[in-house]
Amino acid sequence: MPGNSLPAAVELVRFLPETILVLLGTLIMVLEAVTGDRPKTFLGHLAAAGLGLAACAAVYAHSSPGEAFSGMLVVDGFTTFFRLLVYAVGILTVLSSCQFLTRERANTGEFYALVVFSVAGQSVMVASHELIMIFIGLEISSIATYVLAGFLRDDPRATESAVKYFLLGSFATAFVLYGIAWIYGATGSTELTAIRAAVDTQAGREGAMLAAVAAALMFVGLGFKVSGAPFQMWAPDVYQGAPSPVSAFLSAGPKAAAFAVFLRVFETAFGSIGPLWEPLFWISALLSMTIGNFAALVQGNVKRMLAYSSIAHAGYILVALTARSEVGTAAVMFYLAAYALMNVGAFALLGHLTRKGERFQKVEDLAGLGSAQPLAAALFSIFLLSLIGVPLTAGFFGKFYIFKAALDSGLVWLTVLGLLNSAVGAYYYLRVLVVMYMREASEEVPPVEALSGGLRAALLACSAGTLALGIFPGPVLDFVNRSATLIR
Amino acid sequence: MHPVTTAHYLWLSAALLLIGTIGVLTRRNIVIILMSIELILNAVTINLIAFSKYLGQAHGQVFAIFVITVAVAEAAVGLGILIALFRNKETILADEVDLLKW
Repeated sequence: MPGNSLPAAVELVRFLPETILVLLGTLIMVLEAVTGDRPKTFLGHLAAAGLGLAACAAVYAHSSPGEAFSGMLVVDGFTTFFRLLVYAVGILTVLSSCQFLTRERANTGEFYALVVFSVAGQSVMVASHELIMIFIGLEISSIATYVLAGFLRDDPRATESAVKYFLLGSFATAFVLYGIAWIYGATGSTELTAIRAAVDTQAGREGAMLAAVAAALMFVGLGFKVSGAPFQMWAPDVYQGAPSPVSAFLSAGPKAAAFAVFLRVFETAFGSIGPLWEPLFWISALLSMTIGNFAALVQGNVKRMLAYSSIAHAGYILVALTARSEVGTAAVMFYLAAYALMNVGAFALLGHLTRKGERFQKVEDLAGLGSAQPLAAALFSIFLLSLIGVPLTAGFFGKFYIFKAALDSGLVWLTVLGLLNSAVGAYYYLRVLVVMYMREASEEVPPVEALSGGLRAALLACSAGTLALGIFPGPVLDFVNRSATLIR
Repeated sequence: MHPVTTAHYLWLSAALLLIGTIGVLTRRNIVIILMSIELILNAVTINLIAFSKYLGQAHGQVFAIFVITVAVAEAAVGLGILIALFRNKETILADEVDLLKW
């Protein structure tokens, strides 16, 4: 330890976004307490503005790349990309939940504070280069999301989803931790570069074998977090039961951060024993795609269908991870951005379409939407088409780069099976489109209100982003390709 | 008399992991599932401290303190969620929490 343990100013700049978020979350909690009975929508706007400020800070931090706090934190293109991604998910979630929470009479400041804290945790996860930091970030993010899932505490579905998410989530975290403990024991370090060096020098010996077992334990834990099969069973229940804006958040933010950790840990720390862990990813990718798509086929509940489809999408991303190349890393980053926009849009809009109390979640309940609410129907169509992967949408380029990366690494069979899977996936998304545009609305179902305010803005932003990434993927693609080189 | 070595601690930790995992997978009562998860976290803590002693570093002990702190926070949130569940459904048995399924 150097004598002067105070961090340098530049290190504080590199940690500025997280600092802003934690202060913002605390401020919102205090304001919630002192503003009494006033409507709390302004706290939502404050949260969105603060997340925007944190995004500016992340861009500013990017201008002085490097490590901070003796290698615990690294600011590079990869960090900046994922920071901006999770902040964007946070902003979209906050904007789209104001109206929802007012409708469900649960518009309190805690919701926004929890979203901000969870985003802060994800931000720590994606920036850290050290297993203790990764664990702390993971827990800050997870504990806040457990509460968010059960935020409507009088709704039995929401509490049930929170219980399931909590039990399986903390079980998964315990496995990640057990893996981390063994990595520490086998390599004598928790810093990713040092772990890589230790694994390299022990290659073929007992220590490397131990590290491989530890990597498998971490794979189990992180596999839970990204809802990759065979650890996907919580996802449908949780996404269906949680309030829709929360499902939007869960399926995008924590998942993106967990994939960032996947990349950092497995590419940086365990890159040299890649052939040992590659089969895990291969099998999990195939299972996730197949289970996700085929289970989604038979769902009558749109929210549950989207939940299964998110498992399938985790499978596509795992295909790119299996490629173990920089092209694969870039493909993962691009796909997560595309997926975040289209999935947050779809879930947030669904929260609106299911009407008060989220009572109308069936596919048939969307009948006649095309004529009754043309804007909502058009936006939902954009998100669904992008989830299918139709050209001119973000989903198309995302899938294209993933399968290209897999082919470049010689994973021909995985690519073929992945493409067949996307074809299966098209069926259940198209079914929703058909019901929306070609069926008459039934008399018993109350009409959907018009979109307004923050929700409308968030949905327009999501759809504009989805189309922009589909028509002009160039700038984002350039950035991910430049940032895909992880520190070795 | 055999001295207690690092390996003994690791076996103890592995045993706790096993007991905890079996508990999570087989018990019906959610409070007991929660306790089983705590057992796994204790296994982690023992592991970290044993390795820390073996390697002669302080890293592992610092990490252990973080693990304990986070485990407490997690248990607090978990019990809070459990109370919300009990208010809604009057049960804390995992197999009676079955509103969401296909």
